Formats: sequence, structure tokens, C-alpha cells
Amino acid sequence: MRNLSKDPAGGENGRGGEGMTSNSITVVSRRGFLGGVFTTGALILGSRFLPVDAMAATGDATWQPSVYLGLEPDGRVIIIAHRSEMGTGIRTALPMIVAEELEADWTRVKIEQAIGDAKYGSQDTDGSESIRDFYDPMREAGATARMMLESAAASKWSVPVTECRAKNHEVVHAKTDRKLGFGELVALAAKQPVPKKEHLKFKSPAEYRYVGKNVPIADLDDILAGHAVFGMDARMPGMVYASIEHPPVFGGKLKSFDDAEARKVRGVSKTLTIPPFKPPYAFQPLGGVAVIADNTWAAMQGRRKLKIDWDLGPNASLDSVAYKKTLQETARKACKVARNDGDVEAAFKQGTKVHEAEYYVPHLAHASMEPPVAVAEFKNGKVEAWAPTQNPQGVQDTVAKALGIKPADVTCHVTLLGGGFGRKSKPDYVAEAAILSKQLGKPVKVVWTREDDIRFDFYHAVAAMYIKAATDEKGRPTAWLQRSVFPPIGSQDDVSAKYGTFELDMGWNDVPYEIANFRSECGPADTRIRIGWMRSVANIPHAFAVQSFTDELAAAAGRDRVEYLLDILGKPRKIDLRAPADRKGPDPYMLDTARLRRVIEIAAEQSGWAKKKPGNGRALGIAVHRSFLTYVATVVEVEVDNGKLRIPRVDMVLDTGKVIHPDRVRAQLEGAAVFGTSIALLGEITTANGRVQQSNFNNYSVARLNEAPVETHVHIVPSTAPPAGVGEPGVPPMSPAICNAIFAATGKRIRELPIKKQLA
Amino acid sequence: MIQLTVNGSIKEYDGDPAMPVLWYLRDLLELTGAKFGCGMGLCGACTVHVEGKAMRSCVTNMSDVAGKRITTIEGLSPKGDHPLQKAWRAVNVPQCGYCQSGQIMQAASLLAEKPKPTDRDIDEAMQGNICRCGTYQRIRQAVKMAAGVKA
Repeated sequence: MRNLSKDPAGGENGRGGEGMTSNSITVVSRRGFLGGVFTTGALILGSRFLPVDAMAATGDATWQPSVYLGLEPDGRVIIIAHRSEMGTGIRTALPMIVAEELEADWTRVKIEQAIGDAKYGSQDTDGSESIRDFYDPMREAGATARMMLESAAASKWSVPVTECRAKNHEVVHAKTDRKLGFGELVALAAKQPVPKKEHLKFKSPAEYRYVGKNVPIADLDDILAGHAVFGMDARMPGMVYASIEHPPVFGGKLKSFDDAEARKVRGVSKTLTIPPFKPPYAFQPLGGVAVIADNTWAAMQGRRKLKIDWDLGPNASLDSVAYKKTLQETARKACKVARNDGDVEAAFKQGTKVHEAEYYVPHLAHASMEPPVAVAEFKNGKVEAWAPTQNPQGVQDTVAKALGIKPADVTCHVTLLGGGFGRKSKPDYVAEAAILSKQLGKPVKVVWTREDDIRFDFYHAVAAMYIKAATDEKGRPTAWLQRSVFPPIGSQDDVSAKYGTFELDMGWNDVPYEIANFRSECGPADTRIRIGWMRSVANIPHAFAVQSFTDELAAAAGRDRVEYLLDILGKPRKIDLRAPADRKGPDPYMLDTARLRRVIEIAAEQSGWAKKKPGNGRALGIAVHRSFLTYVATVVEVEVDNGKLRIPRVDMVLDTGKVIHPDRVRAQLEGAAVFGTSIALLGEITTANGRVQQSNFNNYSVARLNEAPVETHVHIVPSTAPPAGVGEPGVPPMSPAICNAIFAATGKRIRELPIKKQLA
Repeated sequence: MIQLTVNGSIKEYDGDPAMPVLWYLRDLLELTGAKFGCGMGLCGACTVHVEGKAMRSCVTNMSDVAGKRITTIEGLSPKGDHPLQKAWRAVNVPQCGYCQSGQIMQAASLLAEKPKPTDRDIDEAMQGNICRCGTYQRIRQAVKMAAGVKA
């Protein structure tokens, strides 16, 4: 799919033919694999399985027992990856589950990337949800097809189906030593009754060949050879390139512009404008002036020559120093109560000691290595787009709204993503390409520069936090009051939103300590630049504050941190965090403090906690946090020498329930250690005169190889609990664990991130 | 007219001599292995070899490579079996993969110069290549594996 026409022609690097790109993202077009015969309406959306008569009626060569799965008469198994690949390995892991239950031979599996289509269920690849939400549907798809293949073989051989077993791409009748390949059975299998969900038989874990094993990621060879297709590499025939100058201040508007010099740049053909967003900002483009050229560089050069007069709008006075002060002052006063157990005020009066502290985490940028980029063509009232997006259905909606067409008239192909971290859930950049294509009448590729990416992000929200606790004679908290003040993500869709909502379920209302009197509050904040979720979201500031404060309490009591943490977690118990109205039936994901205790104990053991005593600027720090339903304890070892910090070792223990792909789980946690290190040490977005002051990796630093933890050891707790999240939960404990280690090593308490020069 | 060699084949270019090599490779030759990451030589995603040495193609102009030999990730090894690519495969280095061609090209340049690099050599050579997914530990491991030095 090097060239993105429906009729691919080979490019310079000779990757044209589909047969050569078995591991590349291949297209599932509306006219292609699934959907040629059926309309979306023909599907039973609830079960995502096709009705029997529809299947039998296809007469199509490919049998499609599920929207996620197809079998061809030549034996090829096609598995649809409907979630986006941004480095988690999901494009490999979900198909592994299908192949496992199907008893397919992995070498004969072809993975195809789904276009955006509601028939797949949610494709918004965020919230560390892919395995959690689709483990069961994938198993069901595989098991359904396997049982229908077995039943086809049984009818062909006229033997009881109980005597037929699928094994490695064949159905075997052991008694008579007969075998039929999956391909040979496709036509007959399509006519078998679809087993009911409650009659599905699943393989026992002892029989697993892929799940729980380390299958190489589907795109490995293409990535290593430079052939993998990311959004940056997508092309459409006849496309032109665009570079867009956005309003320098959020909410600014174009007054006038002079493009005479820009149009003189060799390769530049013209300039176009994009209208500003209408509040609330949602995922809409910011507006601005686009320079169109016949190559990316010419478009960028032309853009530098634009002379633009902006109406900067109401945020031109935004200054992050003043903004921070406002948030901090808000956090010092009573705010809106979010959880209230017992009576904190009464307990404060009785407490032997009262401790208070304030914490602060700034705005952060996602800074994925691939900046936002997209190609789109508007033609005959419809849009075809190629994008590195976490959210192809969101692309359909956003583009449709921007152009006044129907979401169904937007086809979104998903390329590989050069990192996402939540930024690429917001498809403003795809809408830009579509808007420009409509004006130009040809396909347009919009390429954001790094400066665009850092200045015009949907920023991780700044947070000012305040915590106060009263402690008993052993230093244990008897009352705990905490306030968090941050601009809410809800501001995307509601101009009046001032308070967080779901953010409070991220490490704030769900503090797991056994404290009789507990109150958490949330304070109001104005949104003055775009806010959006970033890898682990509000868990970042909340884990930083709560886990740092816990360390402060332990220090005040002169107690060992591990022993103290285990003590205040209290007796092992399960906490139902659902709102009372939602507590219907059992919750498989109740917060289980026994699992928290276990990750702490293993982290202490694996890191050599008891043996390694602080000295010579070297010490360990610990933090524990549950997020995205996964329990993580992290021990960080730091070395502080002359104000310079080194992280020789990190031990991360996670209990995430069932694990599909252990090596990718490890990789996510290793990566989280680095991502968390960037947040702790370096990340900071500031504003002056309404403008974001950072622009590229010289002034928005992220951890490099020589700054990252040298060794991260990941320990996975064996579990049969339902699978939980993996992509995000490793991040939150990193910054408090680092800062707690710094305190142990130097006596210096860090309460504001980033650490930057605070150790000097 | 600028003449140069790209992955062994001779090319001629008569566009703006100030165009960075990165965009020539990506937009004109459709060789997209080298990636755009920063445009300022700060992240290393665009790394290619000029005369066998790692260079940031986003800040190297076409006029700088007249008569020179350029190798991109696509030309590093015809079968994708350079010792570094093999080691990268064995260690399963990539996550999203976007920066990896730059990482491999940078590491190949290091090994050409220092076949048995120390940890300090690796730190110095590789710190210009950012990986936002955080694959650094495996990059170090794979470089050592390819070089045959102790992990």
C-alpha cells in the first residue's frame, strides 16, 4: 500500500504489490474484504457476528464468521486489527487471541487494518482498553469459527462433532486419522449453524500456543527495513503538501495576511485559509493560513514568508506564572467536595500532628516522534483520508462536521502511528487536510512541524494540589484532606466546564488507604489553552502528590517506607469504586488492596529494598499506584552527584490480570519508566502573552538514552484475573518514586515538577 | 544540477540546492525510511549515512551532498540482515518504530567507527536520537549484541 490509490502502483522502493506487504498495514476498503456484499446494517451489531443466512447467502470466496475474521479457500486467515498501533503491540496481540482460539497457524495469518467503522465497536485506542474490552470478543470470534470448522468436518465425514478437533489449521478426526485443512472446509463451514455464545468452548491455557508467548510484532521486519508505512509516509496520487500557520494564541483569529513573498518560493502554488473553531473547541482545527506546495519543504519555506495580522482574542494575556498562582490559591481554600468519609475537620482537631504540603505539575506536551500529519481527498461529496490516528471513527465525525457531510461519507484508513500518547485521538489535523482538499480539488497532505506540535497541542493539564493530614502516635493518617485544581478535559465540549469529572477517579477519589476520615475536593480552573488526555492523564499529578505526601508522612514518623505503605493500606479488602447507583452485579475490577500489597512486597524484594541502605548520594524510592485497573509498584534507585541525577535501576511490578503478550507488556513498562522520567525531570509547557514558549526538543526536552533509567526490570505478577490496562499504568508511579528516592539520597523534597535544576 | 548516489544508484537533482536531503529523499524519491521529527537536527529520526557517516538529513542541504554517496535505511542491507537489524529483531527493540531507522543508521555509523563500543561510546553516539516510546535499554542491548560485546 505504498501508493494509496485503489490500484496501487509501485513506488521507488518497490513495495507496490500487495503480496509483498503481508506485514504492512493493508487496506480493508469498503469494497474490499468485509463489506463488499453486506451493508453495515446487515450485521448484528451487538454480537458482531453475521447472521447465518447472510453468511450462507454470500456465495463469496471468503467466509466471514465475524467482522474481525475471514477465512479464504486457500487457507489464509485474515484477522482485522481494528485498534490503532502506536507502539503497544496491539496490532499483534488482539489477532493472537483470535488465532489462538481458532487454532490457526500464525504463519498463515494475514493482519489487515480496519478502516473507521462503528461495526467494529470502539476503535478509539486510548484508556489502555484494547485488551480489556476486546479480549472476549476476539476469543469468541476465534472459537466460533473453530467450532463451525469442526462441525463442517464432522458433517463431511459423517462422524460426531465431538470426535473432530481443530489443530494447527486443520480439523483432525483422530479415530480414522483423517485431516482437512481450514481452506478446504471454508465453503461448508459457512453453512454451519453459528454456535450460541453460551455454547462456545474455549481452549484451556495449557493448550495455548500464542497467548502468553512472545510473538514478534507484525510490523517488525518492515520497521527494521524502513518500509513500514506511518502517516508521515502516506501518499495519494496527485497530492500536494500543506504547511499551516495557526493563530499564535488559542482562540485567535485571522485579520488579514499578505502572501506575496510566500508565493514566490519555488514550489509554492497558493495559500488558503482555514476558519477558526467555534467554541467549544472539541477536535476542531484551530484555523489559520495554509501554504500549498509541491513538496513539504517548499510549503514550510513559503509559510515563513507569510505576513499575518492576527486578532489574538481573549487569551492574549495568558501568563503561566500568574495562572499557576491562581490555581495554587484556589487549592488553599475549600473547594467542591468529591468524596467525603467520616469527619476530617473533627479529626484534625484531635490529631496529634498535622502535616500539610502543596504539589504542582505543569502543562505537558505529548511530543510523539511523528508530528500530526494526514492525507485527505475530497471528491464527489466524500472524503478519503489516511491518518496516523488513534480514533478513526472520531476522524469520520470531525471531518464530516467540518465539511457538512455525513460521517458515513468519510473513509478513514489508519496507518501506523509514530507514537500517539493520546494526542492522536484528536483528529484536528485530519480535518485540516480534508478542508484544504475540498478547496483545492485534489488530495492534500498536511504536515505539522515539531514547532506546531509543541505550540498547538491538546496539553496534559497543569495541576495544583494541596494535601493535609492528621496522624496518630505511630504517624498513621487519621484524617486526610486533599484538593486538586486543574483545567478539565470537559472543556473540550463545554465552554463553561471548570471542574474535573472523570479525572477525579484517576488517583484522587480512589486513594486506597484505610483512613476513617477522608475528603477529596476539586477546585475550579479556567481553560486558556487546549486540554487533552495524555498517557495516564490525571493519574500523573495525583500519584505524584499522594505518593510524595505518603513518603513525607513516613519520613515524619521515621518509618521504613515499605513497612509504612503496607501499614496504612490496612487489612486486605476489596473496594467497590462504582457509584452506588451503578453497583448492580459483581464488579470484576474492584480495587483489591491485597493485590496492591503484593506488588509492593515483590517490588521491595526484587529491588533489594531491605539491603540497600542510602549513602553517598545513592538511595531507593518507592511509589505504588493503581490506574487503568492495573496495580503497579515502582522502586527507583537514584544517584545524585553535584546536582546531577542518574537512575541506575528501576524495578516495576505490575499485576494486570491475564497477560496476552508478556514481552510487549515489559516493553510498555520499560517505556513508561522513560516517559515518567521525562515528566519528572524535564517536561514543562509555559506561556507568556498567550503564547506557548516551548517549540522543539531544544526547549521542550524529553529523556534521551544517557538520561533514561539504565536498567528497568519488569516483574509481572502471574494472574488469572480479567485483563486490565498496560499502556499507561507504568507512568504515574515514576515521578513520585524518583522524588522519594531523591529525598532519601539528599534530604531534598521535590514538590513541583519538573525537577530540572532544583538539585543544583 | 547536483549529482549524487543514493543507495548505489546515481541520481540527478536540479531543484533548490538549499532543500534538505530529508525532503529530497522523502518527497522526490519516495524513500520514506528516514523520518521527519524536528527539522533542527535535535532528534535523529532523519539519520542517513553520507559517505558512510551518520548525518542528520533534515539539516543537510542538497548542495552539501553533491558528488556524495548517501545510504538510507532502505539501502543499509538489501535483505534487512545487517548485524544491527538482526540484533534489533532478536531483542524486539521497536515499539511504534518511527525513530528506529534513525537509531539503526546512527548505531551502524558507531560500529563502523568503533566495532567494540563501551557504554560511554554508546551514550555519546546515541544520545542525539530520541525515542519517545522509551526503547533505549533495548537499543543499548542490541548495539552490544551486534558488536559482540558483553551486555
